[in-house]
Amino acid sequence: MKRSGQGLGPLTLQQARYLTTRYFFMVYDVTIDGIDYRLELERADALWRCRLDGREIQVDAVLARRDVLSVLIEGKAYEIKRECTATDMHLWVGSVRYLAELRDPRSLRKRRGADADEKGPKKLLAPMPGKVVRVLIGEQHAVETGQSILVVEAMKMQNEIKSPKKGTVQKIVAAEGTNVNAGDVLAIVE
Amino acid sequence: MFKKILIANRGEIAVRVIRACRELGITSVAVYSDADRASLHVRKADEAYHIGLSAAAESYLNFARILDVAKRSGADAIHPGYGFLSENAKFAQACGDAGVKFIGPSPASMEMMGSKTRARQEMEKAGVPFVPGTSRGLESAEQAKQVAAKIGYPVMLKAVAGGGGKGMRLVHAPEELKPALEAAQSEAERAFGDREVYLEKAIVNPRHIEMQVLGDEHGNTVYLGERECSIQRRHQKVLEESPSPIVDADMRQRMGEVAVRVARAAGYTNAGTVEFLVDQDKNFYFLEMNTRLQVEHPVTELITGLDLVHLQIRIAAGEKLPFRQGDVRIRGHAIECRIYAEDPDNNYFPSPGKITLLLSPSGPGIRLDSGMYEGWTVPIDYDPLLAKLIGYGTDRTQAISTLTRALHEYFVGGIKTNISLFRRILTNADFQGGRLDTGYLDRLLKSKPPEVRGEDADVAAIAAGIFAILDPASAVAGNGNSFPNRGNRTVNGTAASGWKRVARVEGLG
Repeated sequence: MKRSGQGLGPLTLQQARYLTTRYFFMVYDVTIDGIDYRLELERADALWRCRLDGREIQVDAVLARRDVLSVLIEGKAYEIKRECTATDMHLWVGSVRYLAELRDPRSLRKRRGADADEKGPKKLLAPMPGKVVRVLIGEQHAVETGQSILVVEAMKMQNEIKSPKKGTVQKIVAAEGTNVNAGDVLAIVE
Repeated sequence: MFKKILIANRGEIAVRVIRACRELGITSVAVYSDADRASLHVRKADEAYHIGLSAAAESYLNFARILDVAKRSGADAIHPGYGFLSENAKFAQACGDAGVKFIGPSPASMEMMGSKTRARQEMEKAGVPFVPGTSRGLESAEQAKQVAAKIGYPVMLKAVAGGGGKGMRLVHAPEELKPALEAAQSEAERAFGDREVYLEKAIVNPRHIEMQVLGDEHGNTVYLGERECSIQRRHQKVLEESPSPIVDADMRQRMGEVAVRVARAAGYTNAGTVEFLVDQDKNFYFLEMNTRLQVEHPVTELITGLDLVHLQIRIAAGEKLPFRQGDVRIRGHAIECRIYAEDPDNNYFPSPGKITLLLSPSGPGIRLDSGMYEGWTVPIDYDPLLAKLIGYGTDRTQAISTLTRALHEYFVGGIKTNISLFRRILTNADFQGGRLDTGYLDRLLKSKPPEVRGEDADVAAIAAGIFAILDPASAVAGNGNSFPNRGNRTVNGTAASGWKRVARVEGLG
């Protein structure tokens, strides 16, 4: 969208909106249940022009409250609920849940790079509140990707917390017997 | 009438009783443990007192603490709710000794019904039909073998002090009997401190149907219709309805009259429930009597138009039943879904945590008895029952569609719940056809879930981007490990409290 020069005739509706509203443009890489999308968003007030993998879609969106979005697309109404756990974001459209990931492509290269060579320490987070009932691998011991490092129990349920990478257990943050909350750091793998 | 009632419970049932107190102009007194300071019942009550640590044994099961609060606050009655002390005859006795009215039956009735074998003996005398088996604890594996051979396999082993499915074993053949008996005995010992186990004929694919009874302290006892409770998991009810799809007026009357006979034989007063097993030929057998208000009492309230908690309080205050059996009318159909903090993707294990978003259903035909609110952290110390969603309609079909609509409106974010399970049940052909038995839910869960792959992934993708711009507080997921931890920091301020799995053992029925 180009901004009209001053005094060069009447503004188009779009141009008028540009001058009077908050306007911006964003590009995201979105993954929904494992499927990648390229999303371009152009905003003028409640109206959004989206390009989803190149398809143009007009969207009217209002944030009803925190984590609840009302979306109208070609007359169809959707209520979308967002739910964030310690590790994931889910979006519920009606009663159907979608696992959603969102990335700014400008930081993509850096992110991918970090994942690919698995450099740097990785934190293991508690997926739920519970108690660390066992530490299976001690500090400074080698681990393989997917190998269990700790066991967290919530009531009767035991969950093995696995290493996201091959490396060394640098630190066990939550020792055996520690009560932890969802999202707490349990261990660091280097 | 009472001036002040202490509610010796927590969660949705405490809120339920507090509401009844307010309606009757009675001051309500809540009690709470460390884990429950921020719980809804404390917010809703007129008065609230701390009674101890999070572990139920140190708070909601502690006679002395509760009676001390009753004394300090000047409460003249105690409503026990369900679970916890509700079926504890010694507590009822202690209330009486302390000069506080226990809203429930007499300690003697509770004691009789609390022992499954003693209840059987008494009911045998009263001519109540029950499943063939032993009326006493088994003395040896030899004796068990003889009885089983006489009544025929399969047989069920059950703990005398049982409840909540603990100490139960199904035995198909003689060679399985001895190990099953030993396992049941040791499980019963661990769960109840009593290793006595008895044996009865196993009814194949039974229905579990119960009859609500109500007796005043002037000798009047009525039945208020049945509840179909066959949809269970691990012997815990999940969905209940009234009337039962298979009970007609004649069967209702016969069951009701037996239930009243059971209650009379026990000298029973106040609200109680007589549970029956029903076989495929619609023969019904006395199973046990629950000497308290049931979790699922709202379905009976909706189809009879009665308020059972009001009636419990009025009966305890010495009033006569304000109606007779002939006045009781059943109208419409009600279905209750028990909303549990459980993870459907992880074998329905409990899932405590902070509720970050709560959208509650409302509208015609919907009743919601809830103990949760947005921003509240579900404690790990108690039963995971969060709320009961009850749908009412002129008939079963309408009740199902009302409830389906309400479930669509219901959203609980931040923790896992079993809401999706009810969508699955309500759309299931066997459920819709009323073809239920106690094995129904296990079969349903073993079957392949219906494909719910949504067609709205595009909408989700667009929403993901718009959320990031309009509501960035929750941030964009990075590599999964840098994701901000939203609101879980306040989980259980007293994190040192026992992580004991108490509530299931309490046998909430």
